[in-house]
Amino acid sequence: MSASHSAPTQASPMNVIGRPHPRVDGALKVTGAARYAGDHYLPGMLYAVPVGATIAKGSITAIDAGVAEQMPGVRAILRRGSFPPLGRAELDMSSADTTSILDEFRPPFDDDVVRYYGQYVALAVADSFEQAKAAADAVRVSYAVEIPDVDPALVAEKMTVKSERGDAEAGFAGAAVTIDQRYAMAPETHNPIETHATLAVWEGDALTLHETTQGVINHRNVVARMLGLPAEKVRVISRFLGSGFGNKLWPWTHSPLAAAAARTLGRPVKLVLSRAMTFQSVGHRPRIEQRIRLGATADGKLTSVRHDYVNATSILDSYEENCGEATPHMYSTPNLRVTAGIARRNIGTPTSMRGPGAVPGLYALESGMDELAVALGMDPVELRLRNEPSIDEGLGVPFSSRHFQECLRVGAERFGWSRRDPRVGAMTRDGLTLGWGVAACSWIAERFASNAAVDLRDDGTARVACAIQDIGTGTYTVMAQMVAERLGLPTDRIEVALGDTRLPAGPVSGGSMATASLVAPIHEAVAKAGAALIAAACAAKDGPFSGSRPEELDFVEGKITAKTGNRQAMGFDTVLKALGMPAISGSGSGTGTFMAPGKPTVSKHSFGAHFVEVTWQPETARLRVARTVSVIDAGRILNPLAARNQIEGSVVMGIGMALFEETHYDARNGAPVNASLADYVVATHADAPAMDVHFLEYPDTSLNALGARGVGEIGLAGTAAAITNAVYHATGVRVRELPLKLEHLMS
Amino acid sequence: MQSFELLRAADPSAAIAAASRSATAQQGASVRFLAGGTTLVDLMKLGVEAPHLLVDINRLPLDGIGRAADGGLRIGATARNSDLAHDPIVKAEYAALSQAILSGASTQLRNAATTAGNLLQRTRCLYFRDTATPCNKREPGSGCSAIDGANRMLAILGTSEHCIASNPSDMAVAMLAYDAMVHIQGPQGERQVAIADFFLLPGDTPDRENVLQPGDLVTHVTLPPPEVGARAAYLKLRDRVSYEFALVSAAVSVTMAEGRMASVRFALGGVGTRPWRVPAAEASLIGQPPGEAAFRQAADLALAGARPQSQNGFKIELARRCLVHALNQVTR
Ligand SMILES: Cc1cc2nc3c(=O)[nH]c(=O)nc-3n(C[C@H](O)[C@H](O)[C@H](O)COP(=O)(O)OP(=O)(O)OC[C@H]3O[C@@H](n4cnc5c(N)ncnc54)[C@H](O)[C@@H]3O)c2cc1C
Repeated sequence: MSASHSAPTQASPMNVIGRPHPRVDGALKVTGAARYAGDHYLPGMLYAVPVGATIAKGSITAIDAGVAEQMPGVRAILRRGSFPPLGRAELDMSSADTTSILDEFRPPFDDDVVRYYGQYVALAVADSFEQAKAAADAVRVSYAVEIPDVDPALVAEKMTVKSERGDAEAGFAGAAVTIDQRYAMAPETHNPIETHATLAVWEGDALTLHETTQGVINHRNVVARMLGLPAEKVRVISRFLGSGFGNKLWPWTHSPLAAAAARTLGRPVKLVLSRAMTFQSVGHRPRIEQRIRLGATADGKLTSVRHDYVNATSILDSYEENCGEATPHMYSTPNLRVTAGIARRNIGTPTSMRGPGAVPGLYALESGMDELAVALGMDPVELRLRNEPSIDEGLGVPFSSRHFQECLRVGAERFGWSRRDPRVGAMTRDGLTLGWGVAACSWIAERFASNAAVDLRDDGTARVACAIQDIGTGTYTVMAQMVAERLGLPTDRIEVALGDTRLPAGPVSGGSMATASLVAPIHEAVAKAGAALIAAACAAKDGPFSGSRPEELDFVEGKITAKTGNRQAMGFDTVLKALGMPAISGSGSGTGTFMAPGKPTVSKHSFGAHFVEVTWQPETARLRVARTVSVIDAGRILNPLAARNQIEGSVVMGIGMALFEETHYDARNGAPVNASLADYVVATHADAPAMDVHFLEYPDTSLNALGARGVGEIGLAGTAAAITNAVYHATGVRVRELPLKLEHLMS
Repeated sequence: MQSFELLRAADPSAAIAAASRSATAQQGASVRFLAGGTTLVDLMKLGVEAPHLLVDINRLPLDGIGRAADGGLRIGATARNSDLAHDPIVKAEYAALSQAILSGASTQLRNAATTAGNLLQRTRCLYFRDTATPCNKREPGSGCSAIDGANRMLAILGTSEHCIASNPSDMAVAMLAYDAMVHIQGPQGERQVAIADFFLLPGDTPDRENVLQPGDLVTHVTLPPPEVGARAAYLKLRDRVSYEFALVSAAVSVTMAEGRMASVRFALGGVGTRPWRVPAAEASLIGQPPGEAAFRQAADLALAGARPQSQNGFKIELARRCLVHALNQVTR
């Protein structure tokens, strides 16, 4: 596996930014010293195990906990009525307040109606986990059962126009070639290796939650509302996460349930979800059906694009998978219409999964583009090059920085695309048929509002703090890098504090926005700390700078320097010692751009291209992804090691999306029946191909001074389409339903 | 999981005596032998198995692997799957067995799993493992959820209207091709059962999977002496590269004489309610030169009577191709 960079930007003073940097938290994780939410144990702590509904539609007629309550160690079998009803917090992604979001609005135990399989109907609490589990299994629940609706055929209640320009229908009339195809994808379950966990501890009327969350502040705000508490009475801690992929972005019902149980029983309560529960009650990417219609002239210029999609959602919530996000800006076309709808099913509430919207959306669009290239008899790279827009035609504003054509050209070069024989099945190696496919990717580049604080200490170290999270992507490391670069220090002199609502408010770790959101507040915090140090030094009765005026001094790379003259610069630790101050602090804040009111003046997106080689053994129907090249235009890369890891991880996840991953809902009881990692098939290490990841490094300073965008999600976009396009090239079979299975290819 | 007692048996007879108190050695057994635990403990956590007593047989002297008096191989019941797969005799003389084991599960699981445990592993049918749904194998008479449910992984051969669960073992498929003998020590003494007779078809008693009676302890498995000059292979087809049960698999072993097949053994996995072998299909190749048409015909014989379920019709053709490919591989 290799990675490389072109267009290197100016080296930073300490060579910290832009250099491959191993994880500063790596040693803690590999030695087991990092304590995750479920690793906390408190004296007197009780264990809670939820009882999930074994029907997907109907109502509870009786709960018989008689046996369970008598079992050893059992403290309570909680159910509706065991504690005062929890409040509702109805704020989804469309609300202006981006710090109190959740997807499943209904508080646990709100009524006796069951709307999805696994919905919590009771909670067993006992002295040990084993006792709680045994008691949960012994609770007998009677239901008035109704036939659930988990029908995979999705018909929208109504379709809403998301983007429109020109006259899409008229655009097809003038086209030489048209494509009209439908693409479906199965529901996927995130399956981070760490399952969700909550440890709820009350001290008087104040609550602390040791949580698995991608957003401590958001989690605090939502849970506080549900429990009827002021936000400042709730503390949420999430120092390490075994990833999330989106299903830890917003709070799910088990968390307020654990808090309510702890309040009711007067003891700390720990609740860790089983793997099966993570298929039921903490979100998933829902089933999606999309229709793509493309029209083009004979020389491959798009005349019209239509993209219509419907996703399944739960009975009570209106989760929308924004599949058309990238469609309006990806290619130039005079006519376009994008519409969306939802269809309600008896399933748990869906949620954001890595690259929500764009990932399934680009699977469909980029499959359609490949079909169009075939219909035109044109190379699929060339087709894309020919439809490059000069501005974001959806928003009617320029791109902040778009180098998509270069991604295609560099990728084609690295992959050896010029050697591609376009005829189906024409390329072979070692008795295997080769298929080569390409697809584009795009992902939003935005930032959230965030604060940060920096302390400079007299021992020459610094501390940076923000209530943001590291979901395993390298946030600890990049924060240390940012401060180290500003202070001219190595990263091992920087302490990073995150994942705690007591720290300066930070954003959720989502949307690939964490890094971009941190630059301004951290830079400002360092500058403010430096300014405070200058002020203190000037005001001091004696000391190195006493008597100077602050405007004569500068704070550069951790040193106070005089703007004029050749006075010796002096490090902050020396100054602090001279002043007798142990530390000095500064804080900074940055504004958000995500969902900001008003029309944007630039379109901010990352771009990329994936090239994929599959091998196909027709006799045994053995299909493998053999190698990939991904060229990504995501602004300046602050830590190439972590960035490459994100793209490689996405490509492997994309193999799962394309070929393996499918949550199977049983039509009779609505259960996700393959709810284990043996039966829900994800790509393994052995499935990982030879991956070449290359970054074009054009700094995008529209987001932050370092020119960084985000890399967490873009790699998943386009990967599945590149794979299925390659499969078509190898086999001549166009599979329009994910996951693509070998039986689709056997003819 | 239900509470249980753990007994560490001092010798085989103590283990047998303890286990013979169970009313059955099949589904619903109240006493179970604990070997690697990778099937049993998993099913206990799911509530599918609920024994009151576990008899730990890991300290019994049943883990040897060595040459048998007749020149064959003697494999102890608690020999670990990884030790068996990497045993030099197995690698050299029973290659399909080594490959079959290594194609299954993961390194960690194979390090724990044992010979007898692997033979007796239970089906991966989703409904067997989910106590909230009907399943005739788990709860006789409750119905089969798989026939109208998720059945892509399940059997096309040996099924009944009561059960279509596939036998998931890779190891057993190779052992079947090699004519393994299962050695059992029970309350009434010792006996041996050919592996072809060891597993039962589901019929209308899918809860009964094999010939074991209460107290029966599998002590070892023997393989007959290897065939001189045999070339053997195990081919397993599945969706991902590793760590997945077979969609279809084939264990094959062929010896050649003057350009013709002199002896042919094969068995299929992933397709049957038990590891599948059709002697007539093997016999059809004896004396023939290797060739696509002959292999295909043998495959048709091997799959005679296959009944597709709603999601696994492709297995019939895939199994044919798997067998043909494996036979080609060892005769080329
Ligand atoms: C995630 C996963 C993936 C897997 N993938 C594969 C795969 O791809 N291919 C494959 O073939 N297998 C696979 N397996 C199954 C694995 O091979 C079996 O779990 C293992 O072989 C069982 O052996 P064990 O010693 O752990 O058995 P145990 O769990 O200890 O016992 C299993 C059963 O055998 C009985 N038993 C054990 N020893 C004796 C004895 N001496 N006499 C009588 N009864 C006995 C036990 O009482 C129990 O009923 C997988 C398992 C898992 C968990």
